[in-house]
Amino acid sequence: MMKFAVIQFPGSNCDQDCLAALNGMPGVRAEYVWHKKTSLAGFDAIVLPGGFSYGDYLRCGAIARFSPIMASVVEEARNGKLVIGTCNGFQVLCEIGLLPGALVRNRKLHFICELVTTRVEVPDSAFTHGCPQGSLLRLPIAHGEGCYFADEETLRELNDRRQIILRYATTDGRIEASANPNGSVENIAGICNREGNVFGLMPHPDRACEERLGSADGVKVFQSMVQTIEGARTQAA
Amino acid sequence: MKVKVLVTPKAAVLDPQGAAVRDAMKHLGMPEVESVRIGKYLEIELDDKTPNLDSRLNDLCRDLLSNPVIEDYEVVKS
Repeated sequence: MMKFAVIQFPGSNCDQDCLAALNGMPGVRAEYVWHKKTSLAGFDAIVLPGGFSYGDYLRCGAIARFSPIMASVVEEARNGKLVIGTCNGFQVLCEIGLLPGALVRNRKLHFICELVTTRVEVPDSAFTHGCPQGSLLRLPIAHGEGCYFADEETLRELNDRRQIILRYATTDGRIEASANPNGSVENIAGICNREGNVFGLMPHPDRACEERLGSADGVKVFQSMVQTIEGARTQAA
Repeated sequence: MKVKVLVTPKAAVLDPQGAAVRDAMKHLGMPEVESVRIGKYLEIELDDKTPNLDSRLNDLCRDLLSNPVIEDYEVVKS
């Protein structure tokens, strides 16, 4: 059995989606962890869900990053545990510095809620096993502040170290401005840290885990995490 | 003591709100407007009899009140 922690902040609203998506997978058990807890012992992976933690006051994720559980998230991340942050979770990971850059107001100011196409740029990441380079994932987005920003030096590093995992693409897989829903630099939809065990993305794999939701591509991301953890266990055994 | 903190987006960061307000100002009879940048303004009342106030306040401006990746801040004391 593999245990996933789904962190609940006040204002999280995709915690149930994440829990349902994960518990729908064989061999996986997901549990909520309230943000005031201080330990994540016994969990194999950590999920920071989407939503509007602390009402998005000040900046998205700015206050949640100081929640008591976050010290433990940082510690587990440094120890190599897999951490995924979707939407607001991505914003929290950037605010706390586990991921570089920041997410700012969408270029056209609108809150955007739609199904988008993303292209897998790194096929062998812990989060995209089984997605050959250039695979397209149809995933929903729902955000007002999803415009990824990083300075030029950070961008160069992200590219050089293959940390850009997903980019917004056209339905036939081209990376161009027309496919960029929010103004993110270089159409970036999701990045990982240097070590490759912390992943943040604005799209919601948790809301795309069944065909009847419009797409089941989100399962591939969680499935990849499961395979990575299984691989590490086999290696350790 | 009252402290004012001004948080502004860095020049390299897109400020679509500022651009929208700039355009509205132009439409409303002020074509001279070249640029508008929108930030945040915080008024903080605090007891100033504690030690290391400046450095502690600056730490929190950096860590909480602003995000140094996208914003600059300025502390104004009155």
